[in-house]
Amino acid sequence: MPVKVMIPTPLRPYAGKRASAEFQAKTVGEALGHLTSEFAELRKHLFTEEGKLRSFVNVYVNDEDIRYLAKENTPTKDGDTISIIPSIAGGRISRRLKDRRTRA
Amino acid sequence: MATTAQPQTGAKPAATLSNEEILRYSRHLIMPEVGMEGQLKLKNAKVLLIGTGGLGAPLGLYLAAAGVGRLGLVDFDVVDFTNLQRQVTFGTSDVGKPKSEATRVRLSNLNPAIQIESFETQLTSANALELFKDFDIIVDGTDNFPTRYLVNDACILLGKPNVYGSIFRFEGQVTVFGMPDGPCYRCLYPEPPPPGLVPSCAEGGVLGVLPGIVGSIQAMETIKLILGAGDSLVGRLLLFDALGMRFRELKLRKNPNCPVCGTNRTITKLIDYYEFCGVRGEEAPGPTVSVPEITPRELKSRLDRGDDLFILDVREPHEYQICNLHGHLIPLGELTRRVHELDSSREIVAHCRSGKRSAEAVDFLRKAGFRKILNLKGGILAWSDEVDPSVPKY
Repeated sequence: MPVKVMIPTPLRPYAGKRASAEFQAKTVGEALGHLTSEFAELRKHLFTEEGKLRSFVNVYVNDEDIRYLAKENTPTKDGDTISIIPSIAGGRISRRLKDRRTRA
Repeated sequence: MATTAQPQTGAKPAATLSNEEILRYSRHLIMPEVGMEGQLKLKNAKVLLIGTGGLGAPLGLYLAAAGVGRLGLVDFDVVDFTNLQRQVTFGTSDVGKPKSEATRVRLSNLNPAIQIESFETQLTSANALELFKDFDIIVDGTDNFPTRYLVNDACILLGKPNVYGSIFRFEGQVTVFGMPDGPCYRCLYPEPPPPGLVPSCAEGGVLGVLPGIVGSIQAMETIKLILGAGDSLVGRLLLFDALGMRFRELKLRKNPNCPVCGTNRTITKLIDYYEFCGVRGEEAPGPTVSVPEITPRELKSRLDRGDDLFILDVREPHEYQICNLHGHLIPLGELTRRVHELDSSREIVAHCRSGKRSAEAVDFLRKAGFRKILNLKGGILAWSDEVDPSVPKY
């Protein structure tokens, strides 16, 4: 049984609108590597140009944050769920930000 | 009882309920988990809502109905028509009115026995500490990263719980930050995403019921903190997927190296959160995507003249159904693999809703070798304003 990667709503447009994908992988890094090879547009949303996970993208194996495990080297076993949890801000764009955007 | 938020300032706490209050809150009073003691805690509690939009609507309604004695409402926005789909405190007749005041009127009608103050102001680094200090619990129902980091840092500096909720399309996140020994927002996300990398809700949309559910969970957590009852979401991030109708939770840990709540703190006062979140950079000309543009009026006159222009619409198919300029539809996310559909020898005008996505498309296509390509300034919204008001705005 492979490892399941859950793709959050904001990133689904870059992942063929998929909600999840399954890969054979022994570590988190390997699974995310497979994910970004399959969906190349996801790469810039998850990784910096130096190939490091972006600081506003959190990755969990089951319910544990990989920052407190072995980061991208965290081992995975069959049946594990990897969750990508980006920060989301809210429900509406505030007027001040709307104005800023319009002016931008 | 460790999680009980006790009133910190102000008048002597109320020790009794009136007969009218006993009747109003009878369904609380007959529950042993609330009872007279709990209802008095609610009556003496002071909760500040940051944002009276989609999340603030159920929050305000339930906290007022529950008898939270003092509610503060911070919002500087005014009600517009697009709010009514989810911000259920407002009626159609409220369009154009300040949100904080319209909410105050609505909640006062719901429960005249409580004290409600509206603060029609933008929460800033200059006023946050002053606004927060008279309240026990801060509830974050805002919609943007600068304010989220500001609310977090102000809560940590003042030692106040921050009941956090956020939403995107069909997904919600809820937790409680700022409790002693619990994590804060910066433990979870040390830095915000740069502007533009994560789609905003104005682009992504949100199903109207979602903030109703997420805001209601925030209201429940707020009441539990006041009562000191149950297990709060401290240290747990609750994820709600409305489409799959699934709740999941992830463990949140206090980061010992957190700049605001860790052992070696580097943030000891409020900072410039717009700068921190890169929003100022977005305003400045130059560093963001700068591409050749055409105004709606120019485009109209060139089309009327019979110029051979290829209109490229980079929005999503469901947006095309709302309104369109009869352009060729290639959603921005599909542009890289569908670029062969475009003829670089023809003059192309790209557009989206507001001009932001199409600017990215123009930037990409220029890098891909397209030379005769222009961005429609202000998108189809500006086309509606300046050329054809029969095109609906959304």
